[in-house]
Amino acid sequence: MTPLGGTGGFMEHKNINVKLKVWKQKNSQTAGRFETYEAKNISTEMSFLEMFDVLNEELISDGKEPITFDHDCREGICGTCSMYINGRPHGPWHATTTCQLHMRAFNDGETIVVEPWRANAFPVIKDLMVDRTAFERIIQAGGFISVNTGNAVDANAIPVDKDKADASFAAAACIGCGACVAACKNSSAMLFVSAKVTHLALLPQGEPERRTRALNMVAQMDKEGFGGCTNTGACEAVCPKEISIDNIARLNKEYLAAGLLSEK
Amino acid sequence: MNWSQLFTSTIGKKIVMSVTGLFLITFLVVHVGVNGCIFKDAIDSSDNGDMFNRAAQFMARNVVIRIMEYVLFAGFFIHIIQGLVVEFENRGKRKRGYEVNLGNRGSKWYSRSMGLLGTILLLFLLLHWWHFWIPSRFTHAGIEEPVLLSNGFIGHDMFSLMKATFSEWWIVIVYVLGCISLAWHLMHGFQSAFRTLGLHNKKYLNMVNALGIGFSIIVPLIFALMPLSFKLGWIG
Repeated sequence: MTPLGGTGGFMEHKNINVKLKVWKQKNSQTAGRFETYEAKNISTEMSFLEMFDVLNEELISDGKEPITFDHDCREGICGTCSMYINGRPHGPWHATTTCQLHMRAFNDGETIVVEPWRANAFPVIKDLMVDRTAFERIIQAGGFISVNTGNAVDANAIPVDKDKADASFAAAACIGCGACVAACKNSSAMLFVSAKVTHLALLPQGEPERRTRALNMVAQMDKEGFGGCTNTGACEAVCPKEISIDNIARLNKEYLAAGLLSEK
Repeated sequence: MNWSQLFTSTIGKKIVMSVTGLFLITFLVVHVGVNGCIFKDAIDSSDNGDMFNRAAQFMARNVVIRIMEYVLFAGFFIHIIQGLVVEFENRGKRKRGYEVNLGNRGSKWYSRSMGLLGTILLLFLLLHWWHFWIPSRFTHAGIEEPVLLSNGFIGHDMFSLMKATFSEWWIVIVYVLGCISLAWHLMHGFQSAFRTLGLHNKKYLNMVNALGIGFSIIVPLIFALMPLSFKLGWIG
């Protein structure tokens, strides 16, 4: 489905009614269930999250419990929104976060199934909100460079190959939303970890901690309970920032080299 | 990091799968090369399987091949056990599945079905061993009469054993299905093995992808033609 498709003509504005089948769960300790809601008179120019805002306002005014979901910047750059919509992380549009998904992607009368990211490493906090602090701990394990503080260094002081800088930047575009984990049949976080490792491994600033970074981040990834990568490519297909699966191969190389060459 | 950690992490387990998988791929090249000698009979009807029997006899008396047979079994064993471990561990990482699955929108069905395809191949392998490896090495059932080869050696008449085995349609069909499973298994496994070993350069990845597709089609096709050729009377 194209960003302009779904309801007919080019950017045609109209109001639609959709039925929502949404996952409701009190907390990580209780069993959840699907509940059905009617979202009526929804503008096709609304974002998917705005549609949820409207629905939640109606639920609150009716004295019912609203649906809990994660959101922050609503500009597609923070990686906070996380909904598995009609069997796809972030919904039907390619390279789009849930907050940038618009209701023109859906047809009048359509039933939309909305689920949380499902992975043992991402336990449900409530409804559609999951705990993604496992990603934070992976970053803490090695997704950084250690530098002495002081005056800012001239940006051009260290020469960087343009192709490597571009590849590093492309990997750095990862917003850590977790769609890769959600889509992977193994709940693997390899695309996320590989993006973070690649981002720093290609730059001279990341060179000093290159080996320990790969080893420590993978060790933390395993500790958090993510699965292994079997190169199916589902992660790449759903990534809102189009992070390439080739980064995973690079992480494999970094990890193997670090494992074979480490002193300890 | 010690050696144990290197091979027991999620990446390490895949490295083991990759190395053993690539080793088994090299075995397939040897296997299809030796067994392909049966097709000499299609070109020269007087051959009567002599070229194949000579190749089989060479493999049986070559000390390097005999040693490599143990390495091969170790390769099979590790690949199968590790494959099952990886499959079940990964399945356990999502306690509750989705109401609506991503399915083919995100990946190819065969890349998601390596465990299933591998299990089918394991069952096929057991049958294959029962038909050929066990008679040739232990029981000699169906090859009791030794055959004098054109190079002066005396060997087992494996060609006749193949002919007799593939005289039944159900066996031919099972072997063809086994070859189809092998093709799909290789279609993903070939390129995935290189990625797991860290091949990330686009130039080489494109080459490996093309090579993998070619290998996945050609090798299983040659294997599948063997039972079909016997049954359809093209050879023998």
